[in-house]
Amino acid sequence: MSLSQGKNTFQSRSRAAIEDPKLRANFLSAMDGLMSKRDQAFEDKAQLERLRILGAQVRQNALVKLPELLVELETKLTQKGVQVHWAQSPEEAVDIIKAISLNVGAKNIIKGKSMVSEEIHLNEKMAEIGVRCLESDLGEYIIQLAKETPSHIVMPAIHKNTAEIADLLHEKTGIERKEDAIYMTEQARLQLRKNFMAADIGLSGVNFAVAETGTLCLVENEGNGRLSTTVPKTHIAIMGIEKVVEKLEDVTPLLSLLTRSATGQAITTYFNMISGPRKENELDGPESVHLVLLDHGRTQMYQDDELLETLRCIRCAACMNHCPVYTRVGGHAYGFTYPGPIGKILMPHLEGLDETQALPTASSLCGACAEVCPVKIPIPDLLVRLREESNNENRQTSRVKGAGVKRHGIEPIIWSMWRWWHQGEKRYNFMTSMMAQFRFLQPKTLSPWTHYRSLPKLAKKTFHQQMKERQVRINRQAENLKATSKGEKL
Amino acid sequence: MSEAGATVVKLYPVKPAKVYVFGTCLVDLFYPESGMAGVMLLEHAGVDVVFPQAQTCCGQPAYTSGYKKEAREIALVQMGIFTEPYPLLIPSGSCGGMMKTHYPRLFEGTEHYEQAKAFSERIFELTDFLVNVCDLSLEDQGSKTTVALHTSCSSRREMKTTDSGKALLSQLRNVNVVEPEKATECCGFGGAFSVRHPEISNAMVQDKVSHLTSTGANSFLSSDCGCLMNIKGAAEKQQETKALRAGEHLLSFVARRAGLTIDDGVNL
Repeated sequence: MSLSQGKNTFQSRSRAAIEDPKLRANFLSAMDGLMSKRDQAFEDKAQLERLRILGAQVRQNALVKLPELLVELETKLTQKGVQVHWAQSPEEAVDIIKAISLNVGAKNIIKGKSMVSEEIHLNEKMAEIGVRCLESDLGEYIIQLAKETPSHIVMPAIHKNTAEIADLLHEKTGIERKEDAIYMTEQARLQLRKNFMAADIGLSGVNFAVAETGTLCLVENEGNGRLSTTVPKTHIAIMGIEKVVEKLEDVTPLLSLLTRSATGQAITTYFNMISGPRKENELDGPESVHLVLLDHGRTQMYQDDELLETLRCIRCAACMNHCPVYTRVGGHAYGFTYPGPIGKILMPHLEGLDETQALPTASSLCGACAEVCPVKIPIPDLLVRLREESNNENRQTSRVKGAGVKRHGIEPIIWSMWRWWHQGEKRYNFMTSMMAQFRFLQPKTLSPWTHYRSLPKLAKKTFHQQMKERQVRINRQAENLKATSKGEKL
Repeated sequence: MSEAGATVVKLYPVKPAKVYVFGTCLVDLFYPESGMAGVMLLEHAGVDVVFPQAQTCCGQPAYTSGYKKEAREIALVQMGIFTEPYPLLIPSGSCGGMMKTHYPRLFEGTEHYEQAKAFSERIFELTDFLVNVCDLSLEDQGSKTTVALHTSCSSRREMKTTDSGKALLSQLRNVNVVEPEKATECCGFGGAFSVRHPEISNAMVQDKVSHLTSTGANSFLSSDCGCLMNIKGAAEKQQETKALRAGEHLLSFVARRAGLTIDDGVNL
């Protein structure tokens, strides 16, 4: 889906977001809170660093063995009675879920939180065949009522403050308007209970899939994940293919990193380990369990050692919580499923650089994201890499979809000129000394820089000139000294 | 404090007789006094400065804009100029970060990789070098003042030299150094970012200006000319307090306070 063309561009959306003081205040206070919670959760910084190194290694190890681990996961899950489906594209994933729904005659799907389901636009696609998807995560429930998309991958309704949520719930569900989070949560809970009981299918995401044991791990706080995966007769889990890890013990450091990085919790209220449908003597659990494995551009990253690192992500959102750009524009401005720094390096692979060309440019490369990333993804380097791919002359040989999209217009010419200027001593020094000499001709305005800032004034003499003159003085003094000492000798 | 700081081990050489200084293009055109101040401070510490006139730019603007080939060619020019094994000092965190951390990435998989790696190991941020190698001793000649210190993202996260500015300033007994709120947040410059996304960049620098103003300091200092140009420019445009408009490079402030003038350092 293209949102990058015409008036609805990243630039126009981010401009609008910046001009919305309420939105900015909501994000600023929420992100400040999340940053400080994370900081407190990792009190011992040396220990944090060791854990990050371990987390990065565990994820990298899984990615290096990705094909084997996926096959192992499929084998183990199949043995346990889980039906495994492979989808290369969002369309294929939707078709699989549609087919399962038609097969069980489903009318209602209750959803635990799943960003992959957002990625494939599941709710609207299922509506096409008359199947209603109802969100059960509180944040997702709120934005579904508001007919919006998540603005954050962990806290989907973070762009709304309590007052806005009170208005929304009052208007959409008829409950009394009270700016009281506990009251509103209780009311939502009552409604959600009914939805759980009425659902034919429960759909969830997956945080980690363990190949060795065939276990799907689900991290959550509200219990909606557990209800979604146990109450309805059918459970469908959906995950990107990168979420697999080799061993059960690999989950330990990743879980610790995930919850602390995301919400500052040592552990979440619920941690579900799903290993198949209800067995004969068991009293509860779904009768059938499906796992949909989605590619959607992930194998593109897999094929390149540098881009592969993107796939280490465990979706904690620490990068966006700490991003000075995200904090100011919010998640919707990005225009794609995954916002923030991770979105900027992920979405170009999912949708193509041609559709997402503004994303890699929307960073000052400050590095705050990489500094907090629990699995050490070098996000700034990957942003630079995607910028390089945008300008790639050999779009045919590039592994990145939409590469070379910016290789036209005046920019490549400007950079060729820049190169020429900085390649030779004489031309560089001639031009800089000219600029210094004719500094009175320096323009007062240079759009868009001077929209918000004044220009620095050109110096009277360049550093090169000053150092050259200084060298002349030193040489002269040395000669004088030599002459004097010679004179003394005579 | 930077999080990675917990595990960073930096290696420094013993104090050398000679060093190279790389001026950077912003120092060259707009802030030569900060480059000169760096030279004076080095020579005050008894270290001779070699400044090859053939140096131009580190290549960072092209690199961060995704023009890798162009950046490589300019980087190669620089790598070919500083041929003696002297340490190479940069009066700017981001240009230093480019040469220290990005040159190896730039030449990965090419015949120049080993050269780039060896080159990157000789790169030091000038202030950091003064503090950790030069054994510099300064006498504060000025009256009591308070300065706010802006530490750049590249000094924090690439060069790991966040604390060296404060350490150098601590030698000036009449200077009180304060840090703004959210000191670790980017000022919004980011090179081409400030031009491609002027509104976002502006939102960031406005906050930085306001945090710096709130410190009540008489001036602000930065070791990075990009940040300096951005913050000072924004402060000037909105007629922000005189203190912010008087912002300057940390090195020129220190040299002036220490009473160093241009030819003091000439060892003759």
